[in-house]
Amino acid sequence: MTDTAINPIDAAKAQTPGRSLRFGTKAYLYTCLIIVAALVVIPLVTTALGGFKTLGDLRGNAFGLPSTWMVSNYSDILFSQRYWLQMGNSLLIAGLTVFLTLAFAAMAAFTFAHVKFFGSQFLLNYFLIGLMFPAATAILPLFIRIRDLGLLDTYWGVVLPQVAFGLGMSILLFRNYFRSLPTELFDAAFVDGAGYLRFFWHISLPLSRPIIATVGIISFVGSWNSYILPLIMLNSESKYPWPLGIMVYRGEFSTDWQLILAFITLTILPTVIVFFAAQKHIIAGLTAGAVK
Amino acid sequence: MTETVAATGLSAGTALSRPKVRRARIRGKWPVLVLFLPPALLLFTVFVILPMGEAAWYSFYNWNGYGLPTEWIGWKNYELIFRQGAFRNALVNNGLIILVSICIQVPLALWLATMVTKHIKGATFFRLIFFLPYVLADVAAGMIWRFVYDGEFGLVANIYHTFGLDAPFWLADKNAAFSAVLGVIVWKYFGFHMMLFIAGLQAIDKSVLEAADIDGATGWQKFRRVTLPLLGSTVRLSVFFAVVGSLQLFDMIMPLTGGGPSNSTQTLVTFLYSFGVMRMQVGFGSAVGVVLFVICVTLAFSYKRIFMKND
Repeated sequence: MTDTAINPIDAAKAQTPGRSLRFGTKAYLYTCLIIVAALVVIPLVTTALGGFKTLGDLRGNAFGLPSTWMVSNYSDILFSQRYWLQMGNSLLIAGLTVFLTLAFAAMAAFTFAHVKFFGSQFLLNYFLIGLMFPAATAILPLFIRIRDLGLLDTYWGVVLPQVAFGLGMSILLFRNYFRSLPTELFDAAFVDGAGYLRFFWHISLPLSRPIIATVGIISFVGSWNSYILPLIMLNSESKYPWPLGIMVYRGEFSTDWQLILAFITLTILPTVIVFFAAQKHIIAGLTAGAVK
Repeated sequence: MTETVAATGLSAGTALSRPKVRRARIRGKWPVLVLFLPPALLLFTVFVILPMGEAAWYSFYNWNGYGLPTEWIGWKNYELIFRQGAFRNALVNNGLIILVSICIQVPLALWLATMVTKHIKGATFFRLIFFLPYVLADVAAGMIWRFVYDGEFGLVANIYHTFGLDAPFWLADKNAAFSAVLGVIVWKYFGFHMMLFIAGLQAIDKSVLEAADIDGATGWQKFRRVTLPLLGSTVRLSVFFAVVGSLQLFDMIMPLTGGGPSNSTQTLVTFLYSFGVMRMQVGFGSAVGVVLFVICVTLAFSYKRIFMKND
């Protein structure tokens, strides 16, 4: 249980300058890397290009550039209400999930890190049970609970279980981080007469930006990509987040691959842009839970 | 602020008396407990622990989810599960995913990690590209590969057509479908495992490798005798994530095959979904959930006990 918040995996980290490599070695390295990179990128690029093609073009020429650029495939989707509605739904659900996860996990982790009370270790382990199994195991009782609470087909019906299942990991990450802050701060604040609440708000939280970012990214990406919970909890299409919307869209235009490809491209575009814009934080965040 | 830090710096010198000082000075332990713990505790209990307990309870009933469960049928749901061919398929498939992860994904990730940690131009760029599929949603990845594998418009079809051959519909062929799915899994997740190995490689003390250099070790000898043994904990961690991920796999299967053809691509979670949720067999589905839970907990515990006890 070492703390990775201190040593996040950093993709951009510069290498220690080693000996320069021989030409043969370099050629070998680049050949291998480029082949693997092509295997990763070609499906993505052909998907994006396929969205500009006609169906006939796609059949004969899936790899090349479109013979005529059918910009209307994309613009029709961009001007449709459903695309923006789905993106909005996903954003709303993810936003609520991130906010509640951060608030509840930080508060609970703070008590585990700083307040000595009877049963503290037991309660922490209780939360860690949540790390051991996926939400799918309890999906049917969860569905019945949400139904009985009257939350079926509401955003909360998706958000609350997502937050609950994210709590274990988030509390663990927050607690480890809080404990790594220098103890002198606590002593100083308490000598000054600050209580726990003021200490949490004025000292712990402002110092916790890195871990807030990490937990925020984990829970945002998890929620943005999540499929099974909304699939089971939501009924009306107007509330669907994009992973569900994409499946519905495919169902409607089952063989019009060019439209489906355009739709897929537009739905993953925000993820790709954000990933390249904030890659350092995202890689560190998404691997932080792994190396906990 | 600085004054107080200095002041406690003095008192902190006597380490033994410190806990006493703290306990005496800190006021209001109860308000913070009463305010901070209940939200998380309530949510976690209501939406994680209770449903798991209820799954165990419902699993002994034949129940469609309406009214109260009354038709107690004992262990019958569990017997039914193990008699289903689809469930055996799911178990085998989950095993195959773990096998492919160990035999293909982990070596591939390690191989790539050793290359992108070398001192070459563009190493960072390659890392980003390799990690990109991991960031995409499983559903989107599944959709993209459904297009790739499509026998009429897809990339595979185009390759066959250039050679004047009829293209196969791999995803519709029950002997080929799961191999195709395994390919997508490797495509999607190798970047994540590569990042774990990059972190592992960066943590290796360079002087050990230099010592091997001085002793005249070749590149392969250095890797085999120095790097690999030092990466042991990373390999075990990587396999652990492959196991956990395999048991959760659902989102990617749905757009690719939905578990078909003839249940040949079911995993444990898609089996739960198609036979429990779709048919609203709450008792049966809960029993599948319990089986999945037992498998998860047993694997996680025994794996940590056996392989990761020193990590």
